[in-house]
Amino acid sequence: MTITPMLVAQIILTLFVFVMLLNSAAVMVYVERKVAALLQQRVGPYRVGPKGLLQPVADVIKLMFKEELRPKAADWFLFGLAPIISAACAFAAFAVVPFGADTTFFGLLKEPLRLQVADVNVAVLVIFAIASMSVYGIVLAGWSSNSKYSLLGGLRSSAQMISYELSYGLALAAVLLVGNTLSLRGIVNAQAGTWFGFLPRWFVFLQPVGFLIYFTAGVAETNRAPFDFPEAEQELVAGYHTEYSSMSFAMFFLAEYINMVTVSAVATNLFLGGWQGPFLPESLGWIWFLLKVAALLFFYVWMRWTLPRYRYDQLMKFGWKILLPIAVINLLVTAAAVLYFGA
Amino acid sequence: MTLFYLFGAVAVIASLLVISQRNPIYSVLLLIASFGALSGLYVMLEAPFVAVIQIIVYAGAIMVLFLFVVMLLNAPHEETEQDERLHAFRRQGSLRFGAVLAIALAAELTWALTRGTGETGAFQGEAVSSVQAIGKALFTDYAFPFEVTSVLILVAMVGAVVLAKRDA
Repeated sequence: MTITPMLVAQIILTLFVFVMLLNSAAVMVYVERKVAALLQQRVGPYRVGPKGLLQPVADVIKLMFKEELRPKAADWFLFGLAPIISAACAFAAFAVVPFGADTTFFGLLKEPLRLQVADVNVAVLVIFAIASMSVYGIVLAGWSSNSKYSLLGGLRSSAQMISYELSYGLALAAVLLVGNTLSLRGIVNAQAGTWFGFLPRWFVFLQPVGFLIYFTAGVAETNRAPFDFPEAEQELVAGYHTEYSSMSFAMFFLAEYINMVTVSAVATNLFLGGWQGPFLPESLGWIWFLLKVAALLFFYVWMRWTLPRYRYDQLMKFGWKILLPIAVINLLVTAAAVLYFGA
Repeated sequence: MTLFYLFGAVAVIASLLVISQRNPIYSVLLLIASFGALSGLYVMLEAPFVAVIQIIVYAGAIMVLFLFVVMLLNAPHEETEQDERLHAFRRQGSLRFGAVLAIALAAELTWALTRGTGETGAFQGEAVSSVQAIGKALFTDYAFPFEVTSVLILVAMVGAVVLAKRDA
């Protein structure tokens, strides 16, 4: 394998995406605490650094120096493997998400480089596959900790995840009907242009119900409020990550935030037009992408600190009896519309 | 080619380890690893759709089911103390029977593999690997098996719900 500039650029891009995901988790820690504080009419972190901006650094240092516990009765191999599976699946899902148009970095490269770690033409399915695999991290964490809170939390959480995967997949399928391709880059490119000169051709206007279903199922998949019963402090101590401390806990924490970022990024690509936006040239499209993902993440945090939590049976009932029928009907109506209007 | 050997080795070794673990949860996880290797082989055969579907359906849904069942039934470890003193094939239980079946399987495989004509041409016919081609084939040529499979799954679901329901 010869070392070409393209190969070097690809490797740098991969490392860049990895580092930016880690940074995004740190930023989300700060954003969550600050936004929560403002919603609750208090100030939030303000001591560590200007306006508390170095708070995530302090958190990371604290987590690194905590004692790493391992219960004696725990199955040590699976206990160590579970956070690794969670974190690895969280990072891997972002590998197929495109975040910008092809760019030559202002002429440094001879050919344009796709801003994506891996351009797979079944990208949508790959994301779904990795979401299915991340269930194992949670269920193994719950089982291998050998404690009743963990086991219950793990089983409930994984049952919740597999239930909402159905609606997630059906909402995705409806978008695939409209976009006519499985590749995320193709779906974003199908959203170029505007109607009537000002309304962008985003799929959220063609599929409003689909967007809501997708986002709701995404929130439930990432175990965030209002669907975070499995990790509710009041009910289950801390659910499946009760027995974890220090860096293992940090890995679960990290996996949760990165899953949030991935769900927001995929929703942006599928429904909100990806990196396309009015005033900037296409090579700076990633700025629009960041803004849209940031808006969705803000919405995530807003929801957590505004809405009360669903009780577990209400949560499961909602997933199976309300969200799934709506998703199926959405798919049927979309299919009928595509057939009638000829795409 | 090295990738093929790597994936193949992982698949074979993981499958062999599945049956030799004492802890059933490890068996389930090793089976998932072997499915992952199979998925890699599918990608190398230029069938990315099948590879991803293998992960979604097999490794991601069916094995979760297996894992739940194993966890909730809390299957104990395999052998008791008394049996340790006898030689492996003289104990009561699955090892004897399994050995007989393994010999039968090896004999059948040898017979089958030595009877081939030796011709292996390239696969004739168009590559049915794009999603569109698979969808078309599924709804036209294979529509009947498709519908029958969905009825079968429906029957299984209804049966499971009926069997699991407690008498009110």
